[in-house]
Amino acid sequence: MVHLKTNLAGLTFEPPLILASGIMGQTAGSLEKMIEMGMGGVVTKSVGSDSREGHPNPSIVDVETGILNAMGLPNPGIDEFCKELGKFIPNKPIIGSVYASNTDHFVGLSKKMEDHGVSAVELNLSCPHAEGYGASVGSDVGLVRDIVENVVKNVDVPVFPKLPPMSDMVTISQVVEDAGAHGIVAINTVKSMAINYETGRPVLGNLYGGYSGPGIKPIGLRCVFDVYKSVDIPVIGCGGVTTGRDALEYFMAGSSALQLGSSIYYRGLDAAEKISSEMIELLDQEGYGSLDEIIGLAHQ
Amino acid sequence: MTRMDIVEIKKIVPETPSIKTFYFNYDLDYVPGQFVMVWVPGVDEVPMSLSFDKDLKAITVRKIGEGTEALHGLDVGDRIGIRGPYGKGYELEGERVLAVVGGIGGASILPAVTKAVFKGQEVICALGARTLNELLFYDRFKELSEVHVATDDGSAGYHGFVTDIMEDLLKDIDLVITCGPELMMKRVFKIADNHDIPVQASLERYMKCGIGLCGSCVVDGLRVCVEGPVLKTEELRKLKEFGEYHRSPSGRKVSLKRPKLSY
Ligand SMILES: Cc1cc2nc3c(=O)[nH]c(=O)nc-3n(C[C@H](O)[C@H](O)[C@H](O)COP(=O)(O)OP(=O)(O)OC[C@H]3O[C@@H](n4cnc5c(N)ncnc54)[C@H](O)[C@@H]3O)c2cc1C
Ligand SMILES: Cc1cc2nc3c(=O)[nH]c(=O)nc-3n(C[C@H](O)[C@H](O)[C@H](O)COP(=O)(O)O)c2cc1C
Ligand code: FES
Repeated sequence: MVHLKTNLAGLTFEPPLILASGIMGQTAGSLEKMIEMGMGGVVTKSVGSDSREGHPNPSIVDVETGILNAMGLPNPGIDEFCKELGKFIPNKPIIGSVYASNTDHFVGLSKKMEDHGVSAVELNLSCPHAEGYGASVGSDVGLVRDIVENVVKNVDVPVFPKLPPMSDMVTISQVVEDAGAHGIVAINTVKSMAINYETGRPVLGNLYGGYSGPGIKPIGLRCVFDVYKSVDIPVIGCGGVTTGRDALEYFMAGSSALQLGSSIYYRGLDAAEKISSEMIELLDQEGYGSLDEIIGLAHQ
Repeated sequence: MTRMDIVEIKKIVPETPSIKTFYFNYDLDYVPGQFVMVWVPGVDEVPMSLSFDKDLKAITVRKIGEGTEALHGLDVGDRIGIRGPYGKGYELEGERVLAVVGGIGGASILPAVTKAVFKGQEVICALGARTLNELLFYDRFKELSEVHVATDDGSAGYHGFVTDIMEDLLKDIDLVITCGPELMMKRVFKIADNHDIPVQASLERYMKCGIGLCGSCVVDGLRVCVEGPVLKTEELRKLKEFGEYHRSPSGRKVSLKRPKLSY
């Protein structure tokens, strides 16, 4: 039986399925719960310098092929968040996700996360529905280079920029690798919109949202494929993984580990456990002896 | 069902000066205690318990802010969006049930009492309100069960908190169900638990997604929108946050401790 475990940037993920940022990631209690339920690691909600309430409701819509969300980065601010985490240090890696609009704030936030004891920092350069943050930052290659370079210089833990889906993934991946990133997370949600025909209105309070879940798997796979072939640092795949089969496809595209978000909705709190056992079954069935054998296999 | 459906308001009944019931056609099965997310197009989306289960379904809304005020401004024929039903409802076990209700909590308890009586359970209701004309569904509860009333100002029934009259009603009770202000429910829980009677309480937390993803409604590790809103004694006992604090939309802790229980 294949043992599901990866080492990546000095961290061990067992299984290599990590809770994605923004899902059950606001409180110590919920992060702890997700580890109990089988996650190999967890990413916190993206946290900024100051508290933010997020966008007005509706902030989520089920669109059959997936989910649109426009949470709008609600968070209590870094100081309050660290207080919330308190003494909670899980037995699995915990990755602190941060967002900001400039380099200084990214550095300050990352240092606070490191001081608090996180295992790695994830830089949110990719949220598509919070103006001035996320993808607005991630689409400015010069700014991305500056942010990554300076965060890497100022913290000792691994730094993972999280990228938005772009038509050119190659340039941005090479930039963050040059800047010293220890791995790349791809992708965040895809900017999108829902309109209700009966009322003639956009549904989301923020009008625009981010698309996640099964419908974005082909987009995520393509992005991971492109990142993998452009850089040597590991890729953490994300986007529409809800089954063991999805997971295998993502590893074959070049992921060294995966993040799970919407699958908590599609499969339940124990999504990681279910997906792990499906992966093991499929790997055995296809005759693979280890997970390493399939990482990047699609690049033959 | 998680897709949003658009429904037309068929009937509006003013219940008290601050509470109205909105009836609509909706083809869904639900367990009393479950809730829906209600979209007021262009304004807000808010969680509401389903309060009626016959040919028409309904929500019973207390006006307290922008979203609920917009709902109160709607007319028959206007349209709202509904998604759900979400969460876990009441599990009506035992032969004798005591329902302890505070204010708008009657919206979630009324269909539970209706169902319990229909199943042949004997029900006693203890209704609490600030004042007589804010007492919700008195006639409805009275038709179904034995009713006791407490008001803060003594304008009807016992002058004081509903939790003060509860102790005397516990004889031979197999289950206590409760919905109302959290400090009231915490006290209900303690009193019933001292008598070793199981409790099911319907919690309220700030909700964004309603489907268990965003984490805004969590109490300790439990999602009120999925594992709740109705939680049982075994779960309630483990919660450190129950009756202590809730969270603002940003996730900041906000103390629930106020000098007085109020509906
Ligand atoms: C499971 C559940 C069932 C509920 N059932 C009913 C019901 O049957 N009848 C009823 O009148 N009320 C019910 N509520 C409470 C109702 O959702 C709030 O009163 C309503 O959201 C207030 O919105 P507002 O814009 O008018 O007020 P605001 O001015 O926005 O806020 C006023 C208060 O309402 C709370 N609130 C605002 N938005 C939300 C939200 N999205 N989720 C939770 N709380 C919120 C705030 O924390 C604040 O305390 C229920 C709440 C929950 C969680
Ligand atoms: C409700 C919700 C909130 C999210 N919040 C964040 C966030 O704060 N920071 C972030 O980097 N990504 C956030 N995301 C994006 C996810 O981390 C993930 O990249 C995306 O949902 C794609 O993966 P999935 O298809 O497995 O959900 C959020 C997604 C959802 C559905
Ligand atoms: S409201 Fe989002 S998890 Fe409950």
